[in-house]
Formats: sequence, C-alpha cells, structure tokens
Amino acid sequence: MAARDGERWLLPVGIEELLPPQAARLETLRRALADLYHRWGYDLVAPPFIEYLDSLLTGTGNDLDLQTFKVTDQLTGRLMGVRADMTPQVARIDAHHLAGEGPVRLCYLGEVLYTRPDDFAGSRNPFQAGAELYGHGGAESDIEVLTLLLETLRLSRVDDVHVDVGHVGIYRALARQAGLDESAERVLFDTLQRKALPELDAFLAELEIPAASRRMLDGLVDLNGAAEEVLPQARESLAHGGPEVMAALDDLATVSRGVVERMPGVSLYFDLAELRGYNYHTGIVFAAFVPGHGREIARGGRYDDIGRVFGRARPATGFSTDLKTLILLSRAESPPATVGAIRAPWTGDAGLHAHIARLRAGGERVIQELPGQAGNAAEAGCDRELVQRSGEWQVVPLDVAG
Amino acid sequence: MAGPQNLTIALSKGRIFKDTLPLLERVGIRPSDDPDTSRKLILDTNEPHIKLVIIRASDVPTYVEYGAADLGVAGKDVLMEHSGEGLYEPLDLGIARCRLMVAGRPGAADGPGRLRVATKYVHSARAFFAAKGVQAEVIKLYGSMELAPIVGLADCIVDVVDTGNTLKANGLVPLEHMADISSRLVVNRASMKMKHEAVKRFIAAMRDAVAGGTEEV
Repeated sequence: MAARDGERWLLPVGIEELLPPQAARLETLRRALADLYHRWGYDLVAPPFIEYLDSLLTGTGNDLDLQTFKVTDQLTGRLMGVRADMTPQVARIDAHHLAGEGPVRLCYLGEVLYTRPDDFAGSRNPFQAGAELYGHGGAESDIEVLTLLLETLRLSRVDDVHVDVGHVGIYRALARQAGLDESAERVLFDTLQRKALPELDAFLAELEIPAASRRMLDGLVDLNGAAEEVLPQARESLAHGGPEVMAALDDLATVSRGVVERMPGVSLYFDLAELRGYNYHTGIVFAAFVPGHGREIARGGRYDDIGRVFGRARPATGFSTDLKTLILLSRAESPPATVGAIRAPWTGDAGLHAHIARLRAGGERVIQELPGQAGNAAEAGCDRELVQRSGEWQVVPLDVAG
Repeated sequence: MAGPQNLTIALSKGRIFKDTLPLLERVGIRPSDDPDTSRKLILDTNEPHIKLVIIRASDVPTYVEYGAADLGVAGKDVLMEHSGEGLYEPLDLGIARCRLMVAGRPGAADGPGRLRVATKYVHSARAFFAAKGVQAEVIKLYGSMELAPIVGLADCIVDVVDTGNTLKANGLVPLEHMADISSRLVVNRASMKMKHEAVKRFIAAMRDAVAGGTEEV
C-alpha cells in the first residue's frame, strides 16, 4: 500500500530518527562511552548490520527469533537476519576470530532493529551499547562488567540508579533437583516470572516432588529485597539446596560486596526469582532501573559457553543498554558544540579562507553566510562574527542590530 | 529515604472498584472522592502518599506494565489477554469472581466445518481451542457477545459469565468451562524493585485484608 499524499513523511511505527540537538547528544555520548570502554581495556568491534540467521540466533534461542527481521540472501538462498541484539555477534567474534586463552574484552556501539517495539519506550530501532568479557568464569569478571555498567550510567548523567541482581543458577539447580519435566518447568518458570503466588502454590501442590524441593521453590518468590536482608534469608530457606545453590549465593555475596566497594552508594536489590533471559544466562543476571521509568534501562549477566557452536566454549559475562533511552533520561546539557558559532561573510578573500581554516582547526564552529540567503546569523546560532578591520580579519561579538 | 514512598494504584470503575474499596478500607486507605460522581481520573486518598487512578479495566495491565501506576487491580480474564512482561501478580484478591466460558446454542460446538468464535478474549480463545486440537476462527468483538450466535455471526462465544442470566435470556447455554476468574493485585516490575519497602508492605497488608484481618499500611 503506497503512502497517501501528505503522509509521505511518516516513519513506520516505532522507528525513530534523531534531529538536532538530540542527534548531537547521542553522538557526544557515543564518543564518551567509546573512550570510557577504551580506558577500561575493552576493544571496539563493529559487527555487520545483517548476517546469516543461524549464527545470529545462536545461544539466545527463541528469545530473539520473533524480534529479528528476516530476508532471503539472493546469493545463497539462505535466510539472513537484521540484528536485534549485538551480543551473539560479539560472542561469535570472540569464539571464531580471536585466539588466545586469556580474557578478551570487547565493546560495541550501534543501531539494532526489532520487528516489534520492545521495552525501550516502544522503539524498534534502539542504539545499543555494551561490553562483554570472555574467558573468565569467576565473580570478579561479573563485578567488573556490573561496575562498568554503573560507570556507563554515571557518565551518561543518569541519576538515582537501582540495580536488580539475581542468579539463574539457583532456580535451575532447584528445578533439576525436583526432577521436573520440561513442560512442568516451563509452567513453573512462567509462574515465577509473574510472581503469581496463588498459581504457584496450586501448581506446586499438584506436583509429585520432594517436600523440601516444594518448600524451596515456593520460597524463591519471596526472596527479594535489599541485598543485606535477602542473602541471610536465602541461606536459611535454601539450606538444603545443595552445593550449586550455595555457590550461587556465595557468588551473589561476592559480587554485591565488590560492586558496593567500587561504587559506594549504589542501590542494590536482590531478586532470586528473577529469570529474564533464563534461556541463555547461566549465572548472575542484573538489570538497572531509575525512578519514573517503569522498564529497565540496561541489563546483563553471565552467559557461559554461548560460543560453543562457533567452536569455542568460553565463560562470558557482559551488559548492554540503549543510548536513545539514556539521552532521554540524562541530566546532561546539550553539547557545547551547538551553543556558539561564528558568522563569516562569503568573499573571495584569501586571508579570510586562511582565517576560517585556522578557527575551524582550533575547534570553532564557523558558518559562512551564502550570497542572497534567507535568515540571519543569529537564527543560525551564531554569537560572534568575522569582520575585516583595517585589513585584518577578526572575531567580534555579533552585532545583532546589524 | 525521607517519608513514605509514593504509590499509585490503578483501578477500573464498576465492580472491581466497588469490591476493592472494602479491602482498601481494611488497610486504612479511603478515597476522597467517589468515582461514580466525580469526574476526576486521579483520586486522592486519606493517605497523602497513595493515589488512585481510575481507568478502563482492560487498560490496567498496560498502565502498570509501563509504570504509569505502581500497582493495580485487574481481572484474571484481562491478564490472560495481556501478553506483555514486566508485570507481577502476587495476590489473588478473591473479588469480582466469575467464569470464563464457551457458550452458544446447545450443540453449537459440534457442527461441521470450521468453528467461528466471537469474543473479546481473542488470545485466550485461540489458546483454548488450539489446546483442544480444534481449528477455530476467532472474531474480535467489543461487546454484546450473546448476539453473535443469534444473528449467525459466530457458532459460539467466549465470555465471562457471572449469573448466566444474559445467556439464558438469549437462548444460549454454557458449553465449556475455561477458567475461574477473580481479580489480582498486579505490580510493576520496576516499582517492586525501587519501592520494595512500600510495595511489599502494601502487598502484605492486602493479603491480610483478603484473609479477613485488619492492618494499616
């Protein structure tokens, strides 16, 4: 169906474009974050916007399938997907292209595309930024990426951040101990995700599982709140959970302590029934929230062995966020580059050309007025102008009356 | 944090509001206006940090999911239709009880050919018939479902049934019971985390209120 006349300017639902000054704010933030990740030792990668679907959907399974636009490759007949998330691409790069057994730190900044608006304020084309750390399986690497996420939000001038931390290993171990079959686990997972206590009680009561398992699975839904309250409570109610559960609780304690030491004043919240991304996460999971915004603004966690299908299983942990959301929530001012500019006349004077080039090289914004143009210099954002006085070009405050 | 955290609770007019009021009363919350006579959409309460927003029943999950309200009261029928994430349903309030049912003329579901089902509950109807192995054509209607089989628009309907009087008056009978419905307290995911003290206290108080006790928040 062709666009009606007068509606040709309309963009598809959920597709955003940034105009001045928002585009400049995004770019300023993108540069600042690229520098930040560089300083932390993370190398920038730029994966393609489109690639074969089977590598794009690896690891994350069905979670991304519905969110990925698909097209047929005319050269091979294979299906290609437009990335809805760059994390699997970066995992592919680590597994296939980068040799070496040591830790690899990678970061990325780029646009992704969703088939349907997701939680990021209904946008279908967020601007994703993230960092991933491969090759280390301990809580220390989780501490590093979570701290870097908080640093990302701090640099973006997003204040009053609350971090929600969970661990999918706890539910996974409890479900396995209970001997749940696949369909029972799916129902239980869905019920826990909604914290639907009445349904949870009814469902667990019907299952033929050991009483201890039932008690622990039932108790999981109440294990949320301030970090210092939840952990002791969890150690008590999950005491019979076995070594895996205990190790997960130790991980949580180590990570929260490590993050608080590095980011004093951070507000950590634990939720042991939080299972977002359960299909591919394997350990600690976390998400960041700010008051007044009902959805999470960043998320991440551990997803070991995602690179197995690319030939190399490695521990992995990381986070991602959406810069378009961050600039909306940011308290930062518009970038100074758009604040002032210098008007210059349009003449054939060689001295003027040289002077303009010098000013621009020094970081100034110089706008040459075109012959016969409409509008004046002040409207173009100029606060100064280049004028010739006694044969010399010099910058003077803009004469508004003139 | 200084002072109690603000909480906004989304309610729909009519039966849910009427049945929720006594529960709120038991936890010490009284609205300052009656939504049936007031045109206000945001109602203050005797507790300065608690406000009520009055919206359509089917909008409650959306408001709460996107954080426009921290909490809400929504029928299980509405929640089953709402496919989004980011919503917790920690408490069955046991109010506004009814049943989600398939109804039609006697034997309507046994006819040959593809079954046509008229309903407001498209998602639930589709899932229900698919689970039964029946290929059904679901027609979305917004009200007066009972009319659809009579005028030949559909073979049967899926709707909530309370007394069953409207069905009977239109010559329809209940054919199959799909689910028992009651209203749930729903909570925004972010509010649960960022205002967990206030939210958890409210949930606990409401739980006691449902059980019949009295506790101030």
